[in-house]
Amino acid sequence: MAKFIINKKEYEADVPADMPLLWVLRDIIGLTGTKFGCGIAQCGACTVHLNGEAVRSCVTLVSRAAGQEITTIEGLSAASNHALQRAWLEEDVPQCGYCQSGQLMSAAVLLRENPNPTDRDIDDAMSGNICRCGTYPRIRKAIHLAVKLQKEGGIK
Amino acid sequence: MSKTTDVNRRQFLASAAMLSGGLVISFVLPASAKQLRKLNGAAPTLYFTPSAFLRVGVDESINITLAHVEMGQGIWTTLSMLIAEELDADWKNITIEHSPAGKSFLHPAFGLQITGGSSTTWSEFDRYRQAGATARVLLVQAAAQKFGVKPEDCRTENGMVISGNQKISYGELAAAAAALPAPASVELRKPEQWKYIGKGVKRLDAPDKVNGSAKYGMDVHFPGLLTAVVAHAPVIGGKVSSFDATAAKAVAGVRDVVQIPTGVAVLADHFWAAKKGRDALKVVWDAGPNADLNSATQMATYKKMADEKGLPALQKGDVEAGLKKAAKIIEAEYEFPYLAHAAMEPINCTVKIGDNKCEIWTGTQLPGVDQAAAAAILGFKPEQVEMITPYLGGGFGRRATPTSDFVTEAVHIAKASGKAIKMVWTREDDMKAAYYRPAFLHRMRIGVNAAGYPVAWKQTIVGQSIMAGTMFASMIQAGIDSASVEGVNDSPYTTALPDSYIGLHSPEVPVHVLWYRSVGHTHTGFAMETMIDDLATHAGKDPVAYRRELLKDHKRHLAALNLVAEKSGWGKPLPKGHFHGVAVHESFLSYVAQVAEISLDEQGHVKVHKVTCAVDCGLAVNPDGVKAQMESGIVFGVTMALYGEINIEKGMVQQSNFHDYKIARMHEAPAIAVYIVPSTDKMGGAGEPCVPPTAPAIANAVFAATGKRIRKLPFANINLKQA
Repeated sequence: MAKFIINKKEYEADVPADMPLLWVLRDIIGLTGTKFGCGIAQCGACTVHLNGEAVRSCVTLVSRAAGQEITTIEGLSAASNHALQRAWLEEDVPQCGYCQSGQLMSAAVLLRENPNPTDRDIDDAMSGNICRCGTYPRIRKAIHLAVKLQKEGGIK
Repeated sequence: MSKTTDVNRRQFLASAAMLSGGLVISFVLPASAKQLRKLNGAAPTLYFTPSAFLRVGVDESINITLAHVEMGQGIWTTLSMLIAEELDADWKNITIEHSPAGKSFLHPAFGLQITGGSSTTWSEFDRYRQAGATARVLLVQAAAQKFGVKPEDCRTENGMVISGNQKISYGELAAAAAALPAPASVELRKPEQWKYIGKGVKRLDAPDKVNGSAKYGMDVHFPGLLTAVVAHAPVIGGKVSSFDATAAKAVAGVRDVVQIPTGVAVLADHFWAAKKGRDALKVVWDAGPNADLNSATQMATYKKMADEKGLPALQKGDVEAGLKKAAKIIEAEYEFPYLAHAAMEPINCTVKIGDNKCEIWTGTQLPGVDQAAAAAILGFKPEQVEMITPYLGGGFGRRATPTSDFVTEAVHIAKASGKAIKMVWTREDDMKAAYYRPAFLHRMRIGVNAAGYPVAWKQTIVGQSIMAGTMFASMIQAGIDSASVEGVNDSPYTTALPDSYIGLHSPEVPVHVLWYRSVGHTHTGFAMETMIDDLATHAGKDPVAYRRELLKDHKRHLAALNLVAEKSGWGKPLPKGHFHGVAVHESFLSYVAQVAEISLDEQGHVKVHKVTCAVDCGLAVNPDGVKAQMESGIVFGVTMALYGEINIEKGMVQQSNFHDYKIARMHEAPAIAVYIVPSTDKMGGAGEPCVPPTAPAIANAVFAATGKRIRKLPFANINLKQA
């Protein structure tokens, strides 16, 4: 039995040590907001936070994730009100939407570590996340807007 | 799906039942409501159902049923806007769902249930507004009876009918409205009365897509559902000779292994066990007849084929005589590789077969076709197969497969195993077991006069037909699949000339091919717009000025071109080392012009800094939605220009995942500025017309930088300073 702390809730699951966290989240616990895109850490659709760091859950094994603090898109904010989520809505970022959980989770770490990112910082932090719909220009705008919202609203 | 194609498709489907737009007044629980209840576990509600697209519940709910699917292009919002424009509903009570498969949801122009051809908004513009208007008329009539006033003394606002100081909600009126006869016709609001059309609203699917709650096919789950991962033949067209499932069955969580026509499926409690089981499976494959298939030698064959003129897709005058008379001849040959759609959500399909019914959950652009294909395998009538369509994690044409390849594969797995299964393709499966944009060759010989303008145009196009061998095969007219030549044989550049010949060869190659976002225009737009640029250079003329002259009788091309030239600062100084390139192309009834600003790094690799875009799509119902599609298509076009390439060697697709089939990322996405031409001309599409101009605009900018023409895609890894 492995123990998981996901979005501040504890779970127990009988899963093999070599199983990627992605499939624990999606197929065992039922948190399907974290997406499967490539399985080899190329696209970022599966990005979650492990002890506050953005990781690709498709290559993060149970042996590494068990017992650690994991945050998924479902736990990013209490009521979809993270500055980034509000900015994403304001800029109408999502199209098909499949990659956006991962985009938001990557952006959330960027914003926490760098409250005022430049375009170059955004390139560096977000280039691991593919969007086939090409929402990149809006993601960039939304991250800049979230900076503003964060300053104004004091949102975490 | 150009204009020509649309007409052909209409002819082809003339015998198919066309929805008359007739209004059905009923007080029922429609199939889609049953689905909704199943999902929500809610109690049944009585509904006023003035059309298949709308129902008003006695609980104040307003449900909009979409005849087209949301795959990113924004129709979840735009179709709902059309109903809301006429209904005066309270937005907070609106729920939206995809329709089931059914006759009520046939495409108004194409006659089958399809999301494609950038056609949703223009084809549904009247039908969805009428659905809203009809409901409103009946709700007003019901209220007028209750109030004892005339309908014209009532007004509607925010889900209420109001007369003087009396008001009553739509929900309270639903039962009475349902008992009224349908009006013979309804009057739609005039443009000056529009509140949403031409202005837009925020995306209605966005809230679900920023918190992980949006459900895609991949997210379907219910008790007892197993995940199936399939071993496909590594060689295209290969078959299973034999297999040994011992090791696969030893993997914890694996429940079954079954052979199906397309391979061997491993069924397990979850994806990870199924994938491990699939990896442990020992399959002996019969490679079949395609083990020598090679895309490079195939292109060499195409070049030989192009020595023959091909079947005429356009024939005017005598092109050889015209070329002889020309002051100068400019020649070029273009090569385009196979392309994978590579939507972010890998292909998947969930199937549950019961005694007399089958339920299928999958992201599909062709639910009716898939329903029929599934029914045929099961010996069911189509109506015994219920299609439930969650959000699509991208489509780009891949989820509109006339062969229903992934649905039939999943149905075979469920049938062979007797279990409810979710078939999940890995990214590698999605890349290799795929359908592709066909590889193409274009050979062009253009005769120009002394002033440098074309007088004779010969072009030979070689590439597989996407219609051949499918249910759309009868759209091939006199050997010409219009999807192979659209953008050339209907181009203002070729049709205006006295002497022209556009020839087509459609070789049969055992690679599955399919439409791809902007279909034939993906390659024809590139060949045409870089060649026109080349002609301008030979004529010693500015590329924009040269196009203006050729397009002087094409006001919509011109409007887009002029707007993009103005907004991009065409002809004005750029930062040192930066260069502009332009392209303008019509597709899917819309006219898009783009200017790309690029530079080359020390290794001669291109960096696209900015793309300015102007579009004339007629009325832009949801302007920000149109802009979003232009941005999307431009990034799609950047990927196509820089990276898009599927190679086949020894019958095997060489690419497998995003490390070797690259997609443009954040740092490669240009800044994009989109301008919409104010237009009251015929409405066109948005999801595809944005794609064709991008790659040629970039290539033309590279020419401006280097003096060298790019005739082969992709070019990210080429040192363009040396090429």
